[in-house]
Amino acid sequence: MPQRTARRAGGRGTRRFTRRDVVVLGVLLGIPVLLDVVIVWGPALASVGLSFTSWDGIGDIHWAGGDNYEHLVEDYPAFWPAVRHNLLWVAFLGLAATPFGLFLAVLIDRGVRFSRFYQSVLYLPVVLSLAIVGFMAQLLLGTDQGVVNTILDNRNDPVDWLGDSDINLWMMMLAASWRHTGYVMILYLAGLKAVDPALKEAAAIDGANERQTFFRVTFPTLRPVNVIVGVITVIEALRAFDIVYAVNKGRNGLELLSVLITDNIVGEAGRIGFGSAIAVVLLGVSLVFVVTFLVQELRGARGK
Amino acid sequence: MAQSSCGGPASPPVRIGHPMSRRELLRGTALGAGAVTLPALLTACGDGPGGDKGEVTVGSNASDAVPKKAFAAAFDAYEKQSGKRVKVNTTEHNEFQQNITRYLQGSPDNVFMWFAGYRMRYFAEKGLLTEISDVWRDFKGFSKALKDQSTHDGKQYFVPYYYYPWAVFHRKSLFEKRGYEPARTWDQFIALARRMKKDGTPVAFCDKDGWPAMGTFDYIDLRLNGYDFHQSLMAGEEAWTDRKVKKVFDLWRELMPYYQKGALGRTWEEAGQGLQRRRTGMAVLGMPHPGSQFPENERDDIDFFAFPEIAPEFGQDAVEAPVDGFLVAKKSRNVEGAKDLLAWLGTARAEDVYLKGDPNNVAVNEGADTTAYSPLQKKSAALVSGAEQISQFLDRDTRPDFAQTVMIKALQDFIDDPNDVDGLVNRIERQKKNIFESAS
Repeated sequence: MPQRTARRAGGRGTRRFTRRDVVVLGVLLGIPVLLDVVIVWGPALASVGLSFTSWDGIGDIHWAGGDNYEHLVEDYPAFWPAVRHNLLWVAFLGLAATPFGLFLAVLIDRGVRFSRFYQSVLYLPVVLSLAIVGFMAQLLLGTDQGVVNTILDNRNDPVDWLGDSDINLWMMMLAASWRHTGYVMILYLAGLKAVDPALKEAAAIDGANERQTFFRVTFPTLRPVNVIVGVITVIEALRAFDIVYAVNKGRNGLELLSVLITDNIVGEAGRIGFGSAIAVVLLGVSLVFVVTFLVQELRGARGK
Repeated sequence: MAQSSCGGPASPPVRIGHPMSRRELLRGTALGAGAVTLPALLTACGDGPGGDKGEVTVGSNASDAVPKKAFAAAFDAYEKQSGKRVKVNTTEHNEFQQNITRYLQGSPDNVFMWFAGYRMRYFAEKGLLTEISDVWRDFKGFSKALKDQSTHDGKQYFVPYYYYPWAVFHRKSLFEKRGYEPARTWDQFIALARRMKKDGTPVAFCDKDGWPAMGTFDYIDLRLNGYDFHQSLMAGEEAWTDRKVKKVFDLWRELMPYYQKGALGRTWEEAGQGLQRRRTGMAVLGMPHPGSQFPENERDDIDFFAFPEIAPEFGQDAVEAPVDGFLVAKKSRNVEGAKDLLAWLGTARAEDVYLKGDPNNVAVNEGADTTAYSPLQKKSAALVSGAEQISQFLDRDTRPDFAQTVMIKALQDFIDDPNDVDGLVNRIERQKKNIFESAS
């Protein structure tokens, strides 16, 4: 029905719709469009605008040209680590957590014993917010009173899991993956259930072994799920914030772009122009992924 | 939504017992979507607070149990005396700080809690505070140093309430058992730290929260370069690449081997608990930090000594003692009631009531009753009153954006890698220029 409307709206055929129809449809389409513009595009463009200014959130806004970007790239020591950590986060979730989730889904789908039990246990972390996962990580990995160090009994030379900037990011990514894996697993499980068993049987008759069946037959039919999982993985990685903020406010090895934005804009600091410049960088990074996905999707759709 | 509606009914009419057409359903949905956005609009026509002159609202950041209860007792006493009502809106300490700028520009409470010094001046300069010089005229018992901390441009904006000194805290019994002596000079301090490390109780250190290490930086700078240099460094007038600043970090590095490991993963609470469990020997902290982590029956065992002397010409003159107190926002809707409350809060009696419930701080008013003080409070009061100069704290003596976005990371970087001082001070100096020059 919406498709038909769209096609007609451009042509001469609004005659078929009464005035009331037009009003109702206008309102129903108008509200989401308005909300989209006001809530999504308005602030995004405002951030881009503000990123060229200097503003403390109280007084006047001053034009600053590209100063913010220059200071960001050259003088702000947290910036490049944050970019690196964000990309590493994408890579880790994409190359470790997501495949592992798929692996678990395949195992459970094949019907190991107690599969219902595993399914529930692995999915359980998904109901927790990442901030809670962060708090749990602190209970486990605290230097003086954490569970892990207590078990290792290394009081004289404790491992500083969350304070050592060489390892804390990995600990955080592991904790985040714990939650992400369950999420991915459920999505793939739903996808696998929908794969027509006849396809697998046909492959088996053709003499394919299990590996071949999976990679050549099952996996390609999961394409719609793959796209969703890919998008979710990238979103999860780029919006990672609460977990590191809960642990140490995203400092000392846990810098992420989202944290730097918050530090500069939200806190007492009030470097709104500077913070906006960081936000624009994050927008840029996100756009790279969004555009890649869209291009892939459109190509895929045309291919059919 | 029912109680907030002020413009007639907003819910779509639903006819019961009548088959609904698809069109009606659509219309209902559209109205429903409107209803979602409605509550936001409705608040605009509500009656804001502040109409009642008999009530004063106080924005409080005292979210911890002990001070919260102590403040409640103080406001109770005011209510009894004045016959007015005080309504306290408490926000979690850090959250209050994070939101302060928007809070002051939105609809702030009549009176709010905040900090003295640069933190107060910053907002006074931006025109977000109400001048209270008239209230100050009747105050008695505040030293000149305190008045200075409450003043911007010759006008007063702040009523100091209590303070707490920073010093080297330790367990009295541990010092007696091991025969440790309080250090008076830097060399003695390093020797003591070395001995503690050898005895298996290193010097406590924590900076996961980002601010505790600032206390040590401040003290080394104050002792090495003096109060005046420290203040102008904080005001952005000195270069961080100055030899004097590098020397501060060089001295600090001498202490590093004797710290307990893993400072960047440790909160101040954990550091306080480590001291309590005798796992560490001493710690540079503020008075409430170990104080709140010791069980009540062991608090008498907490002792401290002043941060040791480094350059003889500056001795142990300066004391770092952050002052907390009360202010009135420009947008306060009940300035009269606010000033009445402030006038009372500035009396010695108001401080007595508070400190009865919170033994981790010291009164600022000279007229306050010190007979009920614990030995630790007495010693603290003596330390502060004997000080030639009082500094606030790094994040209270400089611009908030500089403290938050530059210094926290810089000090954590130094703790992580104490050897690259040149690179460190260069990075700080470049960012300092960006921030202080962009100041409007």
